[in-house]
Amino acid sequence: MSELASDNAQKNVSEPERWISVIGGSALAAYGLKMRSIPGLVLSAVGGALVWRGATGHCNVYESLGISTAEEGERNVSVPYGRGVRVEKSVTINASPEQVYSFWRNFENLPRFMHNLESVEVRDSKRSHWTAKGPAGSSVDWEAEIINEVPNELIGWRSVDGSQVDNAGSVHFTPASGGRGTEVRVILRYDPPAGTLGAKISKILGEDPAMNVQEDLRRLKMLLETGEIATTEGQSTGRK
Amino acid sequence: MKAVCWWGKGEVRVVDVPDPKIINPHDAIVRVTLTAICGSDLHLYDGYVPTMMRGDILGHEFMGEVMEVGSEVKNLKVGDRVIVPFPISCGRCWYCKSGLWALCDNTNPNAWMNEALMGYATAGIYGYSHLYGGYAGGQAQYVRVPFADVNPMKIPAGLPDEKVLFLTDIFPTGYMAAEACEIQPGDVVAVWGAGPVGLFAIRSAWLLGAERVIAIDRFRERLRLAQSDGRTEILDYAETDDVFDQLKDITGGRGPDRCIDAVGMEAHGTFVDAVMDRMKQAMKLQFDRAHALRQVLHCCRKGGTVSIPGVYAGFIDKIPFGTAFGKGLTLKMGQTHVHNYTRPLLERIERGDIDPSFLITHRVTLEEAPEMYQTFRDKQDDCIKVVMKP
Repeated sequence: MSELASDNAQKNVSEPERWISVIGGSALAAYGLKMRSIPGLVLSAVGGALVWRGATGHCNVYESLGISTAEEGERNVSVPYGRGVRVEKSVTINASPEQVYSFWRNFENLPRFMHNLESVEVRDSKRSHWTAKGPAGSSVDWEAEIINEVPNELIGWRSVDGSQVDNAGSVHFTPASGGRGTEVRVILRYDPPAGTLGAKISKILGEDPAMNVQEDLRRLKMLLETGEIATTEGQSTGRK
Repeated sequence: MKAVCWWGKGEVRVVDVPDPKIINPHDAIVRVTLTAICGSDLHLYDGYVPTMMRGDILGHEFMGEVMEVGSEVKNLKVGDRVIVPFPISCGRCWYCKSGLWALCDNTNPNAWMNEALMGYATAGIYGYSHLYGGYAGGQAQYVRVPFADVNPMKIPAGLPDEKVLFLTDIFPTGYMAAEACEIQPGDVVAVWGAGPVGLFAIRSAWLLGAERVIAIDRFRERLRLAQSDGRTEILDYAETDDVFDQLKDITGGRGPDRCIDAVGMEAHGTFVDAVMDRMKQAMKLQFDRAHALRQVLHCCRKGGTVSIPGVYAGFIDKIPFGTAFGKGLTLKMGQTHVHNYTRPLLERIERGDIDPSFLITHRVTLEEAPEMYQTFRDKQDDCIKVVMKP
């Protein structure tokens, strides 16, 4: 009885939405995992989450935001312990929180350090439109909105209802001790594609989601501290 | 242009490659007027540093003339004569600003690789494997120099290349090793390995006020050169039963106060541990041979300092850590923060305190690199230091 009760409590996605989630999610998860970057991670995470919520009728993103599109079901505002995947990575940048925050807050700067993110168009003070490179020259886009913001401290966002993809995350800016600049912490939360299946996909593709975030943060640090991103692409070599 | 490329274990080739071009706004292109083969290049040549790729351009000791500068380089102009430190540093991160230039956060495009090995990534280095960024090196006619606004140092006219080239690596490396010893009046300094870095460590120990300096090696030409200053004592380990006993005897039973391991991961040696090391390294059970380091830890006096400019890259067995702990030793090590030393050491050269060209034994062209790598590696022809004119 208690199992059934908890099942009902977690169903917060409507039926048609569940089917769309299953079909779109699988492809997205596989593709997104191939990218080594935050947008890539978001795609795979979102894809996985879509499969999950399609299969279970439960969406953790909705849940953490206290939203339900299912006709029945209780509101549940937290992801139960041990469920879902949380990626958290941080980097220390030799610049003030004000400098780092304002660079990030101008979302049009994000493609400069996030791999595979083609563009971000800012619609208004809350909304923006994100386009990432898709497989074989295609592109994937979604609409995001800021749901929480404290200037120079944090930005929280999620994709808006009806977006092609669905995601949520936050970035935090904290002064580092001893005048060592700013600690930038990114947190992304998602459900993996149905448990062990998701783990298998990740393994086959050989990708580490946390590393994607780490590499984007490293590029951000290089850009803000030095004005360029270190590279050897295009240098001389004896290889033909 | 012509460039010396790594072509596999024990093989380098002189290859025609595309000329370098400006890639980032802080880049410069330098026409190389003099370059050298470093002892640490032999670790690449012998295949002991992972992540080398066929076609990688070698060389991290080079100097030359600025040919072109990127849009953000304001302090250099075409025609300037410069030496270029071997670590590539950004000059802006916390490490660079703290004088820890070789630990720069921002210049290694393969930082994730370096992090996987060491936990944290260090600076890029010219021609020193993809672990250190995979940058094309300076054993070439031209080289791309990243962050040219902070790395190169201008050299005044009148000083020949041979006198200043070694400011790029081995002179600062020997000097930093001696400086790390914090030499006190009356100190006896023992230096294992009288190769180029060891020779500079010896000369630097004298500059920093050592009472006595003892060079330990088995190659006669190196010991002869070490001795040529008329005051460095020598110890030929091939001719003594026990380096430890002999060092103890000649220091009144105290042992050397400061010990410098200028040998690194390809130590020679005749004892059982050295033979075991060689076998394990051949079978890939361990990366590095550490005979010299073990002996250094054993020989150093109680409370003394062990300074390690010799390069280590991987894992080593049987390090007598209990000895180091028991005697309360201080250990200092790491890649050289070259940028801290270029100016003060240039001033010493200008004052005539030292002429770094004293150890050059071979002057050749770039085309002769393949045979020179072999000559240097096999210690043939009394080879101590090779410089090449592209």
